[in-house]
Amino acid sequence: MAMLQQQQQRRDRIRLALLLTPGLLWLILFFALPLVIIFVYSFMSNDALGRVVYEPTLNNYITIFTQSLYINAYWRSIWTSVLTTVICLLIGYPLAVFIARSPQQWRMPLLMLILIPFWTNFLVRIYAWQIILANNGIINGFLELIGVGRLSLLNNEGATLIGLIYGELPFMVLPLYAAIDRFDFTLMEAAADLGANKVQAFLRIMLPMTMPGIVAGSVLVFIPTLGQFVVSELLGGAKVDYLGNLIQRLFLRANPINWPLGSAMAVLMMIVLLVFIMLYFRATTEEER
Amino acid sequence: MSDSIAIELRDVVKRFGDVVAVDHVNLQIRDGEFFSLLGPSGCGKTSSLRMIAGFELPTFGSIIIHGREMGITPPHLRPVNTVFQSYALFPHMTVAQNIAFGLEMRKTPKEEIARRVQEALDLVRLSGLEGRRPRQLSGGQQQRVALARALVNHPEVLLLDEPLGALDQKLRKEMQLELKSLQARVGITFVFVTHDQEEALTMSDRIAVMNKGKILQIGTPTEIYERPNCRFVADFIGETNFIDGVVIGRDGNYTVLETPEGLRLRGLASRPLSNGTTATFSIRPEKVRLLTPNGELPPDGIAGTVISVNYIGSDTRITVRINDRRTIDVWEQNTRSTLDRDEYWQPGEAAVIVCPPDNALVLYE
Repeated sequence: MAMLQQQQQRRDRIRLALLLTPGLLWLILFFALPLVIIFVYSFMSNDALGRVVYEPTLNNYITIFTQSLYINAYWRSIWTSVLTTVICLLIGYPLAVFIARSPQQWRMPLLMLILIPFWTNFLVRIYAWQIILANNGIINGFLELIGVGRLSLLNNEGATLIGLIYGELPFMVLPLYAAIDRFDFTLMEAAADLGANKVQAFLRIMLPMTMPGIVAGSVLVFIPTLGQFVVSELLGGAKVDYLGNLIQRLFLRANPINWPLGSAMAVLMMIVLLVFIMLYFRATTEEER
Repeated sequence: MSDSIAIELRDVVKRFGDVVAVDHVNLQIRDGEFFSLLGPSGCGKTSSLRMIAGFELPTFGSIIIHGREMGITPPHLRPVNTVFQSYALFPHMTVAQNIAFGLEMRKTPKEEIARRVQEALDLVRLSGLEGRRPRQLSGGQQQRVALARALVNHPEVLLLDEPLGALDQKLRKEMQLELKSLQARVGITFVFVTHDQEEALTMSDRIAVMNKGKILQIGTPTEIYERPNCRFVADFIGETNFIDGVVIGRDGNYTVLETPEGLRLRGLASRPLSNGTTATFSIRPEKVRLLTPNGELPPDGIAGTVISVNYIGSDTRITVRINDRRTIDVWEQNTRSTLDRDEYWQPGEAAVIVCPPDNALVLYE
């Protein structure tokens, strides 16, 4: 009996190992290992040809914290990501409510409309925004037609923000929709019945109950926005530096290239993300208590 | 119970698109009354309740609560509270937080909230469970929390939308009695929506029977059961034998009806019916008497043959064929405790049915 049980347990362990191997190998090779390399590089320096010099130093971190170029990039990226997340939430929440409250047969088509942009390459869509915002673009053509005159819409931080919100909105709407669709709107009637006005009912009942969707959507928007570099380059005109642009430049285009400094920036970015997400989770789960 | 009016519905109509859910309803519910709206699903009872609560507005007509015309007053400003069919407890709050919600919205002082929540918990016998979440409670306990959450606000009127629908049979019976005694203790007007006629009869002071958006009859449980004013009410409440025929005259207090096959039946009419009117003779199975034939038919007697006998414990249900087309159901109470069923009615046996005219009705429609 005990023998059989041991055999069974051994077989279960082997099966578990077999099931886990591919994923584990993939993550170790392409996730954990590069992360370790980046972490190690961040404490090295480079020579005049851009090669990594293997002598441990804290210089990269000191550079980041002392030179305004780098510090500013962090603040700019954090501020832009917060702004993008908040605006996506403010646009996405009513949108998700609208879809979840639509007649059953309309919900899937409406969700498909949200998803349609994904059928086209992201870069192509950002180029499309260039056409819309350009000095001789669609919006300016219209503004000139009605006599307002041309405005400079492209190649500034506003254009970057528009592009980011445009690109990230679906990642906010989908988890919000999932949460709001599960929400029982009878609870809002119950709250009204107990004397709550619309705002009170929303803040006390619907908001806490759809918080998982808000958290999921915010995290999904915040993380890629913090490290992005394409939108700020194509729509922002690369006039100001965001984190992603700096890291990309340090790795690929600087003269000489500086992988150790780029690595240090990437490590700090990860720390910023972790701190932000932890603070966010703590704040939002406290609401529930 | 006083005679003042808690709720009045004046000529209330509710349309959803082309569908008329509530069709010119007039209703007065007295202060302190346990009033039931009874009818099949889609009869307009829930729509009526939702209009009183303010979740829907009447297409026209008016709703008056304690003399105040409600108009477009939103739900959170109406002096009523609702117990929802699904309970609609807030899942992210504890039992105590659920119950305190209404008081917090009314900016009640903290100490008073704590005291009244405790009172409400005692009232529904849930003390000790204040820290639980709704999903950790049984259906019956959730039901009680919903009641406490509404009653803690001391509403002028409590609206209950099929609150016992999700409970199993036994718990349901218990809750019926509990609700009734609770209502007597707190003295608040209850407006209770149900499709369960037995529930309505057990609990209500008065019942309004609804069908297709209209109120057919308003009365005490006894009036509704013993003197239904139309075929629908007689059919919906309890079991009834129906025999269609034509009114051929009167006999003292009774109206006489003749069936196509020439059977003459006497009963009380809910209103005067002229000769030649098509009407329905109606008698409850427990009011029919079954006799052994002794050669001569007694008054109001009909000869027949027993075709089935079903023992269901408290009584025995016998079906008697009286001609090619008709059978009559008779329920006899099992007053004697005997195991010997052989001496009882047997299928195939000849029998005489007597329909005492004081227990029978002649209904128009």
